[in-house]
Amino acid sequence: MNFQIVLLWSDALLWLLLVSVLGFAGLVLRSEPLRAAWGKIGASRKGMAAATLLVVFVLIALLDSLHYRPRLPDMAEGRPVYGVEVYSLLDVVLTQARTRLEKTYSAPFATRLYAKENIEQADGRRVRDYPRLKHGGTHLGDAEDGVAADAFVTALKGWALALALWILLAAALTAALAWRRGMTVRDSWRPPWRCRDGLAWDAVLWTLALILLLAVPLALLSADYHVFGTDKVGQSVLYQVLKSVRTALVIGLVPTLVTLPLALLFGLLAGYFGGWLDDVIQYLYTVLSSIPGVLLIAAAVLMIQVVIDTHPDWFASAVERADLRLLALCFILGLTSWTGLCRLLRGEAMKLRELDYVQAARAFGVGHTGILTRHVLPNVMHIVIISVVMGFSSLVLSEAVLSYVGVGVDPNMTSFGTMINNARLELGREPVVWWSLLAAMASMFILVLAANLFADVVRDAFDPRTV
Amino acid sequence: MLTVRDVRVAYTLGGLELTAVDGVSFDVAAGETFALLGESGCGKSATALAIMRLLPANGRILGGSVCLGEEELLALPECAMRRVRGGRMAMIFQEPSTSLNPVLTIGVQIGEVLAQHGEFPKAEARRRMIELLALVGISDGARRLDEFPYQLSGGMKQRVMIAMALAGTPEVLIADEPTTALDVTVQAQILDLMTKLQAERGMGILLITHDLGVVARMAHRIGVMYAGELVEIAPRREFFEAPAHPYAQALFSALPDAMRRDEELCTIPGQVPGLGEMPPGCRFADRCPHVMPVCREQSPDWRTVENGHVVRCHWQGGSAGEPCGKKGGDNQAAVSGEPILAVSDLKVHFPIRRGILQSTVGHVKAVDGISFELPAGRTLALVGESGCGKTTAGKAILQLLPVTAGSVRLAGTELTSLSPRQLRAQRRLAQMIFQDPFASLNPRLRVSEIVAEGMRALGGKMSTVERQVAVVELLQQVGLDAAGSGRYPHEFSGGQRQRIAIARALAVRPGLIICDEPTSALDVSVQAQILNLLKSLQNDFGVAYLFITHNFGVVEYLAHEVAVMYLGRLVECGSVDDVLRRAKHPYTQALLSAVLVPRLEGQGEVIRLQGEIPSPANPPAGCHFHQRCAQAMPVCRQRYPEVTATESGHTVACHLYA
Repeated sequence: MNFQIVLLWSDALLWLLLVSVLGFAGLVLRSEPLRAAWGKIGASRKGMAAATLLVVFVLIALLDSLHYRPRLPDMAEGRPVYGVEVYSLLDVVLTQARTRLEKTYSAPFATRLYAKENIEQADGRRVRDYPRLKHGGTHLGDAEDGVAADAFVTALKGWALALALWILLAAALTAALAWRRGMTVRDSWRPPWRCRDGLAWDAVLWTLALILLLAVPLALLSADYHVFGTDKVGQSVLYQVLKSVRTALVIGLVPTLVTLPLALLFGLLAGYFGGWLDDVIQYLYTVLSSIPGVLLIAAAVLMIQVVIDTHPDWFASAVERADLRLLALCFILGLTSWTGLCRLLRGEAMKLRELDYVQAARAFGVGHTGILTRHVLPNVMHIVIISVVMGFSSLVLSEAVLSYVGVGVDPNMTSFGTMINNARLELGREPVVWWSLLAAMASMFILVLAANLFADVVRDAFDPRTV
Repeated sequence: MLTVRDVRVAYTLGGLELTAVDGVSFDVAAGETFALLGESGCGKSATALAIMRLLPANGRILGGSVCLGEEELLALPECAMRRVRGGRMAMIFQEPSTSLNPVLTIGVQIGEVLAQHGEFPKAEARRRMIELLALVGISDGARRLDEFPYQLSGGMKQRVMIAMALAGTPEVLIADEPTTALDVTVQAQILDLMTKLQAERGMGILLITHDLGVVARMAHRIGVMYAGELVEIAPRREFFEAPAHPYAQALFSALPDAMRRDEELCTIPGQVPGLGEMPPGCRFADRCPHVMPVCREQSPDWRTVENGHVVRCHWQGGSAGEPCGKKGGDNQAAVSGEPILAVSDLKVHFPIRRGILQSTVGHVKAVDGISFELPAGRTLALVGESGCGKTTAGKAILQLLPVTAGSVRLAGTELTSLSPRQLRAQRRLAQMIFQDPFASLNPRLRVSEIVAEGMRALGGKMSTVERQVAVVELLQQVGLDAAGSGRYPHEFSGGQRQRIAIARALAVRPGLIICDEPTSALDVSVQAQILNLLKSLQNDFGVAYLFITHNFGVVEYLAHEVAVMYLGRLVECGSVDDVLRRAKHPYTQALLSAVLVPRLEGQGEVIRLQGEIPSPANPPAGCHFHQRCAQAMPVCRQRYPEVTATESGHTVACHLYA
């Protein structure tokens, strides 16, 4: 084999999450009330559009979660030697964008650097000018004015390709739907667009159209240009944005693995049993939530950093080291954010405890464990789902804030937070370097907006107070 | 005065427009009470809200006309309608506790209404508010004005609601189930008040109710609603002597009372059709005992029975009809041997904790020493007003609440001293059915899982197949289709859910079932079905019922013995005849006199009770009832009376009989 698979902890957790989500989906399909609630989300245009966007983000992140180390050319016979760099499948897909480094900043679609340099010309004279980029727009040769026309033509090609792809997708979807509903393709061409019951496939198709119209031209253009510009060390900003997606998703999802067990256990126990147990748990979360969260996180992260720095031998590569810090951050974020959900669950369990069906179960002599798992837990799951989905976006945003403060992810790890943090200094330059910040903000905005819209729809579908 | 013509109301649900009220027409004259009678889901409240133009956002008035005097209300702009509401027309609602804003004082809330209908200087406004409160029977108005709603009892809140409604001196008062949430003695006070105010002011009242007793007490004319249509309009006398529509007749014959003890109650098969599935012809056709082919094709027109009595029905027969009740065969078999349940001196006290250290400063004596015995296969009704501790007693007997003192012997075993493990073995013998069929079934479990719960917990080793067979058998016993076992509770109506709850309790073959107001959340016709079911189960399996209720019709129909509870103690106990016909305790007498009978005659003089039930945290010294008792003697203030008994086993705790 000419590569070695590297399984980072966060990779494992992400894939584990995916598996459990799929398992949960299987459970949903078999239970009718759950299916009805998720069906409501499926029938909502807003929900399906947001879900489509989220799926795209998740696919990017999953692609970025399959890591390997390439085999180095053999030094000697015998044991193979692998490189210290760890790459992911996404890196392979983006090899071009990753490897075509410029010297330093360059604006989007620029053909020259953003800073003047002394250039030695062929005749030996030195002039101070903006040097040509090594990779951006080189195919134009001397016709540097032709960028707009060339980009436009490529974009047009991209749009045409996107349209063709979309029509292909739509046709495949229609055919699949027709096959499932047992109709002829001709009859079923309308349903995806007109369907009032079932899933809102039209919203999916429209969102896909938007994504394709944006992504395909971007992909084509990025072969010739740095479409989002380059950063201080000349790396493509587009590449950084795509790499940041995984970090954001890990930060948004993995802390729930810590939050959920704590909140469920403590919340249900406190609410159901009451008494001194309730007092103890209440004091615990009151104390925890009265310590400023940022302070607690900063202290924990700095401690972890010390541990990491004193044990360099634990890690085979820089990526693994950064990954441990990411996990530590997730863990501490989870530890500080379970109190809200716990309080909600405690109140709900107190309410459920008095309900007649719980009393009836007690009259049958059903044990506490039986009552908690059969009668209480299933009836608080809607709160859990709503709060997990709503918590996602706030976690993603808090990562940006923490990285900005300097206690977030490892500085070597690309994330929206580190991108914004780096861009901070560049805002002071004259002329200003704006693209790095803008690209990070825009993509984070799209991710968080999609998550929030989805959370909205989930809330509407699960909250018993909305009819 | 109020003329309603052909009003149609539709609700938009899930993109569909569903007609809830379809062409309702009636008049309310000045000084007249017109009662809209019908079961839940018949469109009574929608009609009232349409008249006030207060429909929720998804409701719409499709057409028709509502005239108040000469003014067409449906054509008024909203700003003019705001003057009409509260000014010329006012409304009071069912639930007084949610109709008042909990963070504002009474004075602020009444003042708000006053300010809408005239400018008064502050002192003048306050004087008028005190007048209004005096008008609705609140004597210390000056103090009450500065109190918050939580400081008032339910009856008091409803009085405040009426005072607010009267603030604008309305010509028409719309009362939407004004006494449904109140106890019988308070209900009598509120209805008296409404009659008195009507006589003084010549108000028209549109009374919306499902209670034939309230109708008999209040109404001058009655309109019966069914599935969004008026089906019969009749003056009071004609309606109670000879109801013409089969639906109205069925409502009467479904009422439980002593006369029907030995027979099954009439039920109306099926249920009110949903809004989206109205049958084309007569809407009652599917449930009508007199249905004819023409009923299914053509909606009947109004037909005059006699002067002022009109009905929409094709069937022209009289009201006679064969009595539908089969002989149910009352279980009179004398039961000997040991009682299945013997309670003696049962006490349940809840500590009141105050302060930082949560030290106990007192006790709410919810149940304060009750004793009774219940023989196997018999029914004991535990009656009393809300807050007297009936439900607490029921739960304490099942050991669902910690018992403070006393003994509960179930089939000879003392329950209060058992360890949790030993108690589990006894659980099989006693089960409970709850009041609210919507809260008593776990919405996340299938019907089969709900019914099988007891078998899983107590039934020992049973295979899945055996359990499934048992579930199907149980569902059939309670009159449900076995095909429903795979469905979830929300797919069933209230009555069907109550049947599921009964099946769940029956699953472990208990000797005693504690029924906590199992029919009070149900409509009359459904109540009859459940009562029939309970009765036949008692005959078939010899189950004993401890029946907790405040509905005396149900007591008369079902109970063998009655125990009357007041403030945590039993005041009177005896056979149903002794207690209901020859009541001794002044409280029982007052309670019985306040019960409204759904007949023209027969309403005796109501014994008015002073004040409200005292708090169980701080019961009065001596006899708990002495402050409200008309026959109180000095000794009543000093010590609680001993229990005295006659030979027939009729016991009463009152100094009058000591």
